[in-house]
Amino acid sequence: MRSPLHMREHLENLGRSAEGFVSSAGRLAMMLGHAAVYAVVPPIKFRNIFKQMEFVGVQSLFVVVLTGTFTGMVLALQSFNALKRFGAESMVGPTVALSMARELGPVLAGLMVTGRAGSAMATELGTMRVTEQIDALFTMAINPVKYLVVPRVIAGVCMFPLLTVITDFVGVIGGYLVGVKLLGINPGVYIGRTVDFVQVDDIFTGLMKSVVFGLITSLAACYYGFYTTGGAEGVGRSATSSVVLGSVLILISDYLMSSFLA
Amino acid sequence: MIKIIDLKKAFGPKKVLDGVNLEIEAGKITVIIGRSGEGKSVLVKHIIGLLRPDSGKIIFEDMELTAMKERDWNEARKRFGMLFQGAALFDSMTVAENVGFPLKEHTDLDDADILKTVREKLRRVGLVGVETMMPAELSGGMKKRVGLARAIVMDPEIVLFDEPTTGQDPIMSDSVADLILETQRALKTTYVVISHDIPLTYKIADKIAMLHEGRIIAEGAPDEMRRNPDPILRQFLEGRAEGPIKVY
Repeated sequence: MRSPLHMREHLENLGRSAEGFVSSAGRLAMMLGHAAVYAVVPPIKFRNIFKQMEFVGVQSLFVVVLTGTFTGMVLALQSFNALKRFGAESMVGPTVALSMARELGPVLAGLMVTGRAGSAMATELGTMRVTEQIDALFTMAINPVKYLVVPRVIAGVCMFPLLTVITDFVGVIGGYLVGVKLLGINPGVYIGRTVDFVQVDDIFTGLMKSVVFGLITSLAACYYGFYTTGGAEGVGRSATSSVVLGSVLILISDYLMSSFLA
Repeated sequence: MIKIIDLKKAFGPKKVLDGVNLEIEAGKITVIIGRSGEGKSVLVKHIIGLLRPDSGKIIFEDMELTAMKERDWNEARKRFGMLFQGAALFDSMTVAENVGFPLKEHTDLDDADILKTVREKLRRVGLVGVETMMPAELSGGMKKRVGLARAIVMDPEIVLFDEPTTGQDPIMSDSVADLILETQRALKTTYVVISHDIPLTYKIADKIAMLHEGRIIAEGAPDEMRRNPDPILRQFLEGRAEGPIKVY
């Protein structure tokens, strides 16, 4: 039987974990609230926002184009093999396009940009925290949430849908190349079936998701970076945690949104 | 004049400030000394509102800083400048952008006027022709100088220094001491310096206050402190391992 001392230790640990979770959730919610308010309170620093948009969006182009193209290609290949058994090869186009628009476009773009831009955001803010640059902003009467967090969150929310559209597009092109050029599906049938089956709503659903993913990724990165402690090791921990939390929340919220937006 | 009255702050069970009382005279250099981890930085962060006390007051002229809302703090902070231990320069900006940053954010000056002021402040801290350099290209001493130029660019009434000579060799430390003295004499600004560098302290201080176990245990002009027989103060000022302060 365990001693009361052991029990107490376990209960204390449990209490500390619960307290840590609640306080983290509270700080995250506060950061979101402050960011939302400061985003509309002048002066609005468009230069900072555009700089972050360039970082999150333009600099992620290569990675999302690569991911989208190969995902579309492999989807076409796999769905062709499966659909051939039912004589439904003509459905490869819609399968690729629907999968990309509704699920894979937003999720893959989200995960890839979380890995690339999210970790970089957390590292940059974490380094600024441990080298007292964030404190320096405070002492210069500049609100660090407005100056650092708001442009990153706005960039995430605006650029994720754009990257998703590009991922969807290159995915469909990749699927077309494999389906038509490699596997010999009639191009007219491929395009016609795709246009018949894919609705504007399907694309819109994916874009809605990507807005949420952009918010999740940028907020998680800013949160972990902003509250970094423990020097260089802490910065590394923040980068890892932001990617893990961002990715997990993307997958969970994807399921929830798929359930509600279906 | 800044008055610190019975200031208390604890982090969890650890009492860092346990009733600090101190008066900081306007237009003078006050040096707060004490061992590492005694809460000197915590005290300075309270003065500039980076931390909120558990109890106690800080009064600056007619304002009670500790009771101010964040909105009002933003106005009050424009009257302060701070030089951080590692200078805290923004590494994505050039020297000129760093020094001119507060002007760009808080004034309507155009870029040419900002650059003119930046050059003047850099000259005051002994730097010429470094405007386009990045912080990564600067030596530790140059970073401190750029940090000081940024701290005084808005002509603040009070400048806070967090361990200005940490990590500097003795010659560079002396040069930083000269820099602090020269700029203070020229600008007549109130300087609050926290340090455990005794030669620097004696060289620049108009007033010295020793923080130990969360309280100010001794304060006075450098000559008074030299004569003060308090065994804790004596051990610290003479840099001895033996004495009432235990080394862990």
